[in-house]
Amino acid sequence: MSEPLFSKKNLKLLSDPLNNSNPITVQVLGICSALAVTAQLKPAVVMAISVTAVLAFANVIISLIRNTIPNRIRIIVQLVVVAALVILVDQVLKAYVYDVSKQLSVFVGLIITNCILMGRLEAFALGNRPWQSFLDGIGNGAGYAAILIIVAFFRELLGSGTVFGFRVIPESLYITNGGSYANNGMMILPPMALITVGVIIWVQRSKNRKLIEN
Amino acid sequence: MNRNGNTYTVMYAAIMVILVAAILASVAMALKPKQVRNVEIEKKQSILASVNIESTAADAEKIYADKIVNEYVVNVSGDQVEGNAFNTDLKKEYAKAADQMRLPVFECKTDEGVKYVLPLRGTGLWGPIWGFIALNEDMNTIYGANFDHQGETPGLGAEISTSVFEKQFVGKKLFDDKDQLVSIIVAKVGQEAPADHKVDGISGGTITSKGLEKMLLDDFTRYEEFLKKKKS
Repeated sequence: MSEPLFSKKNLKLLSDPLNNSNPITVQVLGICSALAVTAQLKPAVVMAISVTAVLAFANVIISLIRNTIPNRIRIIVQLVVVAALVILVDQVLKAYVYDVSKQLSVFVGLIITNCILMGRLEAFALGNRPWQSFLDGIGNGAGYAAILIIVAFFRELLGSGTVFGFRVIPESLYITNGGSYANNGMMILPPMALITVGVIIWVQRSKNRKLIEN
Repeated sequence: MNRNGNTYTVMYAAIMVILVAAILASVAMALKPKQVRNVEIEKKQSILASVNIESTAADAEKIYADKIVNEYVVNVSGDQVEGNAFNTDLKKEYAKAADQMRLPVFECKTDEGVKYVLPLRGTGLWGPIWGFIALNEDMNTIYGANFDHQGETPGLGAEISTSVFEKQFVGKKLFDDKDQLVSIIVAKVGQEAPADHKVDGISGGTITSKGLEKMLLDDFTRYEEFLKKKKS
């Protein structure tokens, strides 16, 4: 079975989760963390990278050992692999980007319970070869990342007037400085993340015919 | 080999767990020094923040070395004793008998004279809260405060670590006219308290607010003798 590394089928594994089977907007998985870490772009990006890394490597590892896993404890094996990778990520964040790791706090640990991971391991990695599983992991991670970053962009821009911590809306426009603009405090609270995700789903469904249900 | 047999399953699980444990333990040990350093830098930033000096993770150590001119530990009778102030773990100290307690004090040089920074530690709603409070040379007026918490509710109890809340403490007094320790009342709406000793609590964060009030009173009581001696 020699198939080019980036055959059409393999590329579809990467591109499908970005739109047609997006983990957040279509499968509605991993919503919890999408609400919690998207008040600013920086933690959202770190979270997206962390989830993608954990997902891709967990997929590969499970795929490599898929023929040895005893069926009765396969969920436990998956959990152990994911938990080990998450702890690794957490330790690395604590050592190298301490402030971000403080902001993400429990949510890094909660990657373990992120439904996207268990979903992909159970549905894909257990039945496919490592390379395909890796692509699937990267694809789904990217799908998750895309939504997180879009949500975080709007929340940070409208809620704090900054993008990546850089001021976009000039200080002089604010009411406190004699202008007429005020940040929307609602945007930095979790409910607005849910509404933002809802708007993204709406836009996506209106553009993508495949997703329109009867 | 029967991959659904009990022996295989148990062996598989055992080997997997030992492997994973070994990997995680070695990574944790390798990264430990860096993590400890990060925590130290954060503590230095908090101490500096209580005297209204902003610092970043990169320059905190330099500014700290420059501004904190003296650090020492005192006992409950207010006498200086042997010990390392920066590495004192308040949680352990508070568990000791009163006469064994070692209380850290940091002296900070600012443009407005020497400030005395005292560490605080108490309980909020979900877990520990802590902070640093800086006093003027009269050992009575608060110059600045910095609070932090482990897991208070965002938007409610967690508001104690916002500058809006911390700013309220500036200029408040610990002792009344008769030199009695009053500490600071973190008041609910409508609660009466002398203006010099009162800050507004957080709506919806009452347990955290009261925990903070108790933390202040407990800790100032421990430092009371030191404060009085230093003042006179």
